[in-house]
Amino acid sequence: MDLFEYQGKQFFGSYGMPVSPGEAVTTVDGAAAAAERLGTPVMVKAQVHTGGRGKAGGVKFAADIDAVRVHAANILGLDIRGHIVENLWIEKASDIAEEYYASFTLDRSAKKHLGMLSAQGGVEIETVAEENPDAIAKIWVNPVEGLTEGQCRQWVLAANLNPDVTDQTVELLLKLYEAYTEGDADLVEINPLIVTPEGRVHVLDAKVTLDGNAGFRHDLAPFDATQPRDEREAAAHAKGLQYVGLEGSVGVIANGAGLAMSTVDVVNQVGGRPANFLDIGGGANADVMAEALGVINNDPDVQSIFINIFGGITRGEEVANGIIEAVNRVDIASPIVIRLDGTNAVIGWSLLEPYLSERLVILPTMLEAAREAVVLAGGTAS
Amino acid sequence: MSIFIDENTKVVYQGLTGSQGRYYGMLNRDYGTQVVAGTNPKKAGADVEGVPVFATVADAVEATGANASCVFIPAAGVRGAVLEAAEGGVELIVVITEGVPMHDEAYFYNKLKADYPGVRLLGPNCPGLISPGKANIGITAGHIAKAGGPVGIVSRSGTLTYQALYELKQKDIGCTTCVGIGGDPVPGTSFIDCLAAFEDDPETEAVMMIGEIGGSAEEEAAEFIAANVTKPVVAYIAGLCAPPGKKMGHAGAIVSGGKGTAQAKVDALAAAGVHIGQSPSEAGEIMAEVVAAL
Repeated sequence: MDLFEYQGKQFFGSYGMPVSPGEAVTTVDGAAAAAERLGTPVMVKAQVHTGGRGKAGGVKFAADIDAVRVHAANILGLDIRGHIVENLWIEKASDIAEEYYASFTLDRSAKKHLGMLSAQGGVEIETVAEENPDAIAKIWVNPVEGLTEGQCRQWVLAANLNPDVTDQTVELLLKLYEAYTEGDADLVEINPLIVTPEGRVHVLDAKVTLDGNAGFRHDLAPFDATQPRDEREAAAHAKGLQYVGLEGSVGVIANGAGLAMSTVDVVNQVGGRPANFLDIGGGANADVMAEALGVINNDPDVQSIFINIFGGITRGEEVANGIIEAVNRVDIASPIVIRLDGTNAVIGWSLLEPYLSERLVILPTMLEAAREAVVLAGGTAS
Repeated sequence: MSIFIDENTKVVYQGLTGSQGRYYGMLNRDYGTQVVAGTNPKKAGADVEGVPVFATVADAVEATGANASCVFIPAAGVRGAVLEAAEGGVELIVVITEGVPMHDEAYFYNKLKADYPGVRLLGPNCPGLISPGKANIGITAGHIAKAGGPVGIVSRSGTLTYQALYELKQKDIGCTTCVGIGGDPVPGTSFIDCLAAFEDDPETEAVMMIGEIGGSAEEEAAEFIAANVTKPVVAYIAGLCAPPGKKMGHAGAIVSGGKGTAQAKVDALAAAGVHIGQSPSEAGEIMAEVVAAL
């Protein structure tokens, strides 16, 4: 789960890394009050789960309280790449002498942790990687051995930073690695990592993605609460469903992530547009099917629903009974197309037989079912 | 022949006394798998429908000669369970559990590489593997697979794996071994490991490969196939229409920074001479043609 900048800074701060004092606010008055307490000048920064804030006008310097009010009013409600700004971070302004870049993430090919450090911070690292790859010093850390101080120092020297800040940078990067591993982060990124005119190394921005699977050893609830989810995703998440909202009109329910992805693909291939990805997992019992249908039913864009189930250990008759019970429980607004295959599929079909109508259709293959769902959604299937 | 497991594989189930472990452990036994032991430190001496329970994997190995382990332990205990299994002396560790933290996976993957190089890890978050007619370890429905050959299957996705097995069976095509490598960021066994084993297996004459978005495992497999695999490979990749930045169910299934797209994987595999199916059933049809031409 992605953290807001201010949450990332608090996360880094808890591992002893140098971050600026600041306050998270949601109103203009709140911003002014925070700036009063912090003392001007301050930065007024939009908190959104996307990049490009600066270019979009979401990051402003405010010399005094009047400027804080003006900028806060402009930034709150701003649309940055589809994200509406609801939260601001008011932070004591820093003077900048140099801007670096530092990050850790998993290198999935090497199956080791990859650290990247560059003297060219403040711009997107992808741009540096393309235009001047030698400007990025990389280090691969074996998770069993961890990052030693000696390795870290070699890495810092290889990045050709200002030699006056080598010791401070080594110390900070060791803490960053600790935050990454102990904190169960998928990604920790500081861009820019700055050196102040007084020669202090300091975290000026924070991008942190935490591993949602590590909730059994960390309290992730505060971060979970600020995840960007549309209404549909929030409702599905509350019911524990694996759901991703898309833009189309064919609601998709499938068992298994791969099959759900495949279903979305096939609907697209035949000329339709899926409204969502929804994986109900292996079981496909009545409860989870009813929850899934409920979520899709509440999506006003959905014109038809495609249920795509492959029975493995779960037998066709169990799946069919689940669908029948769920359809009886939820008042479904859109016609349903079912493709049920695998174990005892034929028994499942015969159970569904009495319920079939123009609004509840079974077709034997994924392709045929996808075409029918697209037509029922008012489209033309190819 | 089969790869990684056969009728002589003896399996200890870590978590046999839990509901999932018991359910699938007994299904695996009914299939014919040698389910020789379970572990639970608090229930040593007990049994689950006749299968003896030991305190540790080491005890189970000593008493029963188990040479493989299947892990149904909740995510928080998986790191400990994997290290215990490796220490206990099994050669194969199959982790079914989903939701294991990435840092735990990265740790035990590298720990096994360094200290137990002879041990094969499969998963986490995988359906396991089946050599039809010989052994079934994990949560695959055994009856949807036809025994024999000539096809070997390797897949990142559970349900699509079952579908592939089922479609081949309906076309009367057998499978030597079907390996579900799982959808997590640090899979213990890779596509390449399986492709290499299938290439060496005389009974496997063609390979079905099912990939999905995220990471670069399929691209690496494509390079390996171009250089090392002489047998025909048919592939299907799920997630062509997945939006960037959204996890599609599996922890590893995410397109980020323009990397890991399905199209890039399809292109890389096609360039390596792999036959690409646009849907799972098309991949099945292509495989039927490939098998007919063998």
